[in-house]
Order: sequence, then C-alpha cells, then structure tokens
Amino acid sequence: MTIDKETVKYVAHLARIELQPEELEKLSQQLHDIMGFIDKLSVLDVGLVKPTSHILPVSNVLREDEPRVCLTPDKALENAPSRNGNFFSVPKIIE
Amino acid sequence: MDLNQLTAHELLDKLKNHQVTSKVILDSLYARIQAVEPKVKAYARFKSGNKLSLNPQADGLLAGLPISIKDNICTEGLNTECCSKILNNFRPPYDATVINKLKTAGSSIFPLKANMDEFAFGSSTENSYFGATHNPWNLEYVPGGSSGGSAAAVTSDEAIWALGSDTGGSIRQPASFCGVVGLKPTYGRVSRFGLIAFASSLDQIGPITKDVEDAAILTRIISGYDPNDSTSVNQDVPDYTDSLGKEIIGLKIGIPKEYFIDGMDTEVKSVIEEAINKLKSLGAISHQVTLPHTQYAVPVYYIIATAEASSNLARFDGVQYGYRAKSDSLIDMYKKTRAEGFGEEAKRRIILGTFALSHGYYDAYYLRALKVRTLIKNDFDAVFKDFDCIVAPTSPTPAFKIGEKAADPLKMYLSDIYTISVNLAGIPAISIPCGFTKNGLPIGLQIMAKPFNEEMLFKVAHAFEQNTDWHKIKPRL
Repeated sequence: MTIDKETVKYVAHLARIELQPEELEKLSQQLHDIMGFIDKLSVLDVGLVKPTSHILPVSNVLREDEPRVCLTPDKALENAPSRNGNFFSVPKIIE
Repeated sequence: MDLNQLTAHELLDKLKNHQVTSKVILDSLYARIQAVEPKVKAYARFKSGNKLSLNPQADGLLAGLPISIKDNICTEGLNTECCSKILNNFRPPYDATVINKLKTAGSSIFPLKANMDEFAFGSSTENSYFGATHNPWNLEYVPGGSSGGSAAAVTSDEAIWALGSDTGGSIRQPASFCGVVGLKPTYGRVSRFGLIAFASSLDQIGPITKDVEDAAILTRIISGYDPNDSTSVNQDVPDYTDSLGKEIIGLKIGIPKEYFIDGMDTEVKSVIEEAINKLKSLGAISHQVTLPHTQYAVPVYYIIATAEASSNLARFDGVQYGYRAKSDSLIDMYKKTRAEGFGEEAKRRIILGTFALSHGYYDAYYLRALKVRTLIKNDFDAVFKDFDCIVAPTSPTPAFKIGEKAADPLKMYLSDIYTISVNLAGIPAISIPCGFTKNGLPIGLQIMAKPFNEEMLFKVAHAFEQNTDWHKIKPRL
C-alpha cells in the first residue's frame, strides 16, 4: 500500500496541521518511503496471533468518587494563552 | 579531581562525612557549565552568565545533591517545554511523580533542564527547538537521542547524574554514544505521571549516570506504584544496591544472532565480542540465541509509537498552554498553532500515526503491528526460559556526525534497531560503557533481562564494570 499526496493532505487535515505546498511535497515523498519500509510487515502471517496493545495485563483502575485536593483555578489557568475569568478563552466558534 | 567529576555515591559519602557541602558541589557544577556548556549545549535555555539558585534540602538519602532532568518531565514552576516551540514557556503547575520522589529523598532539582529531540522524536538531539547538543567526545558528532542533553551533561561533568526517558532507546542509545550508564526500567516499574507522553505503552523514565552503583541508587528512588499512573505496577521495590558486587559464575547469557549481522560496524562488533569474552572470563556461560522477529521491530515501532503519539499530541492545540497562533476561527487557530509550533519530525510522526489509525488503514497497519508486537514479545519469553539475560550492542554504530542522517528520516529510524524491541516487549535493559573506537568514540554494551528483574542487570553490569576501566575515562573538552 502506498500513501499519496491527496492522502497526506487529508490526514494532515484530520491531525489539524496546516501544511505549506513544499512541506506537503516533501512529506508525501518521505512518508511514501517510510510506508514502503513498513510494508515489510505484510509478509508475516499473523492470522492466529493475538494483538498486544499493552504489555501488562492492564485493567481499568477505579477509585471512590470523593472530593480531593486539586489545582486551584488560578493555578490551572496559569499557562493559558488567553483567559477570561475562570475559563480558557478561544476564538469564536458559532457565527 | 573537581567535585563535579565525582559520582553521586562518592559525593553522598563526602556529604555524610561533612567533607563537602552542597554549596561547593553546586559551585563546581556551575564553574564547569560556564566553561564547557557553550560548546556542548547539553541544557535547553542556557544563557551564559546566569547563575540560577537552588534550594538544597536538609534531609533525606540524597540531601545536598542536585540532579538534572530531561525537558519532558514536569517540574513545578520550572520551564518544561519538551524542547518544542508549541510548549513555549510552559511552567507545569505540578511535579511529576519521579520529581516528588526525588524531592522527598532530599534531592535538589537542577534549574536547567536537559536538551532533547522535540517530544523525544529522534536519535540525535538535533530535533530540538533550542538547537543540537554536541557529543563531548567529539563536538562534530551527535550525542545520540532523544535524551542526548542528559547523557552529554553527565559525561561532560556538567551534571552529577540525570533522568531521561526511553520510548525506543532514548536513554540507552545516548548513554552508549556518550560513554555513560543508562537504564530503561521494566514498563510499569516507574510512574509516568508528569512525563509528557510520547507513546504511552512504551515510555519509561530512567537514570543516566556515571557508574552502575549510581544507576542502582537512582532506580530505587524513582521506582514504585503510583495511583496517578494506571499502568504502574504494585510490586515491591528491592534495594538494587544489594545486587552490586556479586559473582556471575554460571550465569547463562544469550547472544542474539540477529544483532550481529553482516555489514555491522566492525569496531562495534569486535568491542562487543571482547566485552562478552570478559563476562565469560568472570564465569558466565554464553550461547547464541535467536530473536527471529528482530527485523520487524523498527516497522512495528513506527506504527505503534506514531499512532500513540498522534493521539497524545492532540492536546497541543493552543488552548490551555504553550504557543497559540493568531486567528479568528477556532479550527484555523488549531491548524496554524500546530503548523507553527511543531517541528518537522513531530509533524511527520503525527501525520504517519494519524494515517495508521485512520479509517480503512487501521487493520492493515495498526492492528497488524500490534500482532507482530506479540511475536516480538514471544521471542524474548522463549529465550528467557533458558537464559538469565541477553547481551548485545546498544547501537549498530558509534555516534554519527551532526547532520549525517538529518535529511533521511528512515536512516535515522534504523539507528534504534537494537533498542526498540526492548520497549515493545516491556522488558528492562541497561547500556554500559565497554570500549572505544580508534577515533575515541564510546561504544555501549546492552544487557536485557526478564520483566521486573532489574537486579539481574545491575548484577551483570556491575561485575563487568568492576573488572574494566571504561567508565573512568573522561572526554577532554
């Protein structure tokens, strides 16, 4: 399987990254080469193999839903690029 | 010898006996940094002349001793930017669990953070927003990566010891390139809480130190269960210094034939063979073993790690912290922020990972990679049924020149060929100095063991170190 320029453009949109035309050109070629290398995996017969998404037998870790000490609003908002009261402020979403 | 050249355990002894104070240790570090940092560039955001203050703790096992921290581990109030523009001026409102543990043990967090490849994406520390780190053994060469700043700082005596993180070799490979000790603990041994995530099923924090004893001390301090990390394992942490000074007579060592291939660097090959002979002379028994799926580790990794990274890095959108591009519309603000904030390698990996997870390609790439990951893990399980540990090179080559692989991402990815399998299998591994090339570049020996058997690594590594002098040789700067 290969990855063409149109696919890279679409995926970049999904990933919310704006690409300049020259970036798109370069990335498409590089990703094409990388995918060619990754295609090495297709020769393996993995029909009966179970996937390993985690190396440990992980399960959901739950705790009692009780109030605990947490960051104050001021501390949590300290790094905000833009702030309005106790909220993060962003460009308008609804026209 | 200046104080900054000593190991942590030597300094701790001197502190205990009141032969030195934390202030004079710090002064010797700053003097060294002022002298060599302009050449090495081990620290992000270093400015010549500015002396930063530190609050040495009075109590605890590590009282009076500073530690340098990679720029992707959160330190409260201290810039933590993953060496990326997108985290511009980010000062975490909390400490990572490992930082809490260090502070509780009395350690002081060194105010300069160690340089790294942006978001730990790289094997050379060239991908840092703050510029490349140089290898103290030869300034024209890379220090390895992504924890290149931590490794360069330790080998150049600009740090007593340091923490790095390892997702596909990012502690062990720079340790190998810089001639220091680097350990990747078992997945789940050390809490990832406060480590800015790259690939959550692979990331581990670990020590970069001047000798094996320091690595044993530091690993014990940072290990242990943490309710804030749902993948941390609730298992007792042994005193790893108990594994030092032990005999290795009769120990069974596996030598994977896939790590000694035609065309590998001849100097690396002969130095590693000599190191294996040294272990044999100490009583270990070695046999050739096979890890048949080794050749698939790099392609599997670049699917799984980028898929996880694309998801983890979705949070960098200019809303809550870091850099924000100017725009009137929200989606456009996201796209511009990420376009201007991320470097080239970060964009490449996010797009590759997004592709691997996208509709229509998920089964062919991501799911298939997870299945091959199982085969790689099974390879290790089979060897560890009969062997105590596996010994191999850390990297197929010594350090390469700055710029040599920067234009060819695939070539760069292949420099992790001997370290990646360990992360995919979740096992622990250590890199220790075991020799030099004719041109004076260090070579690292990698030892791998069963999950939660860090003790085996310390035992073998320390036995080797006690019978060699490689770790005592320092770069001339």
